Amino acid sequence: MAGTADEIVIRAEGLTKRYGDVLAVDHVDLEVEAGEIVGILGPNGSGKTTTILMLLGLTEPTSGHAEVSGFDPLRDPLEVKRRVGYLPDQIGFYDGLSARDNLAYTARLAGLGRDEIDARFESALARVGLGDVGRARVSTFSHGMRQRLGLAEILMKRPSVAVLDEPTTALDPHSTEEFLAMIRSLKNDGTAVLLSSHHLDQVQSVCDRVALFHRGRVALSGTVTQLAGEVLGGGHVIDVEARGTGVGELLGGTPGVVRVQALGPDRYRVHCQSDLRAELARRVAAAAELTGISFAAPSLNEVYNRFFAEVRNAAE
Amino acid sequence: MPRSSRRGTRRGSPWTGLGTVVAKETADHLSSARMIILEALVFLTALAAAYEAIRSIRQTIGESPFLFLRLLTLEQRPLPSFIGLLGFLIPLVAIALAFDAVNGEFNRRTMSRVLAQPIYRDALLLGKFLSGLLALGIGLVSLWLLVIGLGLLLLGVPPSTEETVRMLGFLVATLAYGGVWLALALLFSVIFRAPATAALAALGVWLVFSLFWSVIGPLVATLIAGPPQGLFGPRLAYLNTEQIIDRLSPNTLYAETALALLHPATRALGPVLISQLEGALLGAPLPAAQSFVLIWPQFTGLIASTIVIFAIAYIAFQRQEIRA
Repeated sequence: MAGTADEIVIRAEGLTKRYGDVLAVDHVDLEVEAGEIVGILGPNGSGKTTTILMLLGLTEPTSGHAEVSGFDPLRDPLEVKRRVGYLPDQIGFYDGLSARDNLAYTARLAGLGRDEIDARFESALARVGLGDVGRARVSTFSHGMRQRLGLAEILMKRPSVAVLDEPTTALDPHSTEEFLAMIRSLKNDGTAVLLSSHHLDQVQSVCDRVALFHRGRVALSGTVTQLAGEVLGGGHVIDVEARGTGVGELLGGTPGVVRVQALGPDRYRVHCQSDLRAELARRVAAAAELTGISFAAPSLNEVYNRFFAEVRNAAE
Repeated sequence: MPRSSRRGTRRGSPWTGLGTVVAKETADHLSSARMIILEALVFLTALAAAYEAIRSIRQTIGESPFLFLRLLTLEQRPLPSFIGLLGFLIPLVAIALAFDAVNGEFNRRTMSRVLAQPIYRDALLLGKFLSGLLALGIGLVSLWLLVIGLGLLLLGVPPSTEETVRMLGFLVATLAYGGVWLALALLFSVIFRAPATAALAALGVWLVFSLFWSVIGPLVATLIAGPPQGLFGPRLAYLNTEQIIDRLSPNTLYAETALALLHPATRALGPVLISQLEGALLGAPLPAAQSFVLIWPQFTGLIASTIVIFAIAYIAFQRQEIRA
């Protein structure tokens, strides 16, 4: 089944993991298509890493079923692991060995021959920007360099799925940008990416879809726009800049507007049920001086914060 | 789908990647500073013991037909004999090779990366054990050859076939003895997350067996079987019990194996009744094959304990969560 477009490379159905009395993962359903970047978000301890480990066959699910590239990680862990590249959240290398020896070891375990390792090593290292330190010992590497080396390991393996567990934690902003660009380039290779993170803006900038984990469950999933629609009420958010008095009330009184937020002096954010840009422009222009009107991209940050605020309220 | 039917049906060979793990781990062992220091210690002390033995043999040459075997067993105070030193130091080397084998991978955070490759945990654990055994074997064989070379040079006679066979048997037995301690250190490296704790636990067991077991044995035997002396001399019940307790220690098994293999005159390892000695030519050497028969239980005991300890380590490792 491998290789066709729109094919599902990761499918989890009712995946559950129980540690004693604690339900770490509770009936998680998840689907990732070939060449897609899916983000999994959630607070610490919401079951993201456990779900990943179950998908890789590194932890046995208590119940439920998973399929990665058409193989069951429980029955065929070797086949699954041959096709999946994994970057753990806390990555380590053998400090006494060079970058090359470290990657050569895992590549040999992955079943690559000597010639393939030689051929792939240089290009993989160049792609992550470590081209000139391949012979250096990993003990001299910074945290960011280790993270890149982990990505180079995945590039060498050429997997059909890459699973990255919080890859950008503790990276500086510049390195983070570069790292995200590398993740996008994985997608261009046709690799599906499952990215776990709690850096929401980053997830938003690279992911096609997101799944929001909460207490071991997938609370929400879909594109960011869909989630915004579900959580924030209206799917359309419009930023209006206008000089004048009573603009806020005017905007709020327009039919179809859910909520108006003042962003600053003369700047408003309007949450609407549909695209009301023309209508809003007409109304504001009639009463005040309109200087700008545009879609505000729904921010995942907002969705996330609102969702967990609602969860907290519901719990109280 | 019921859980039970899905279990036990995993596909793919558990040995996938075993060769790669062994190659990498062995290379690590052979180049590690820890290994070099320990081998230097073993080589220097063992060679000194052998050299002292040779010096004394040269003065009394011709007294024994088994010159090379005496070279290994002769004790020249203050130095212990070659076999005594090995019995004492081999566990130390084996423990040093394996006490951080598994927990070290967790602490370096390399475990999840390695296990995310298409291998089973079986291959990783067995690979680590075999590489330790290989490193130990390489060191032992070179030491063995060195001692024989030293003997050839200084004694000026080659070992006989009989002696060579016995010394080879002794080499294999030493490796089996090292295997027990290697498996034990590996087990502790699975159980304890801190390598220092694992090392201390393994060294504790080593101390108990190499220093205190000879004190504990008679005490426990007295508790179980009564006093050592009866009205008519030593009591057989006590002697047998003490021997059973003694033989729980791998050190005893190894010492008995070395004794029977390297002292061809050894006819029994335990209490012998006078009636059993009727017609025996005391002091006459046994053929090598008979000596092997004599130590076969000890030898299989060493191998069996290695397997049992390794199996426990294997089960403990399989049950461990990868994230920790």
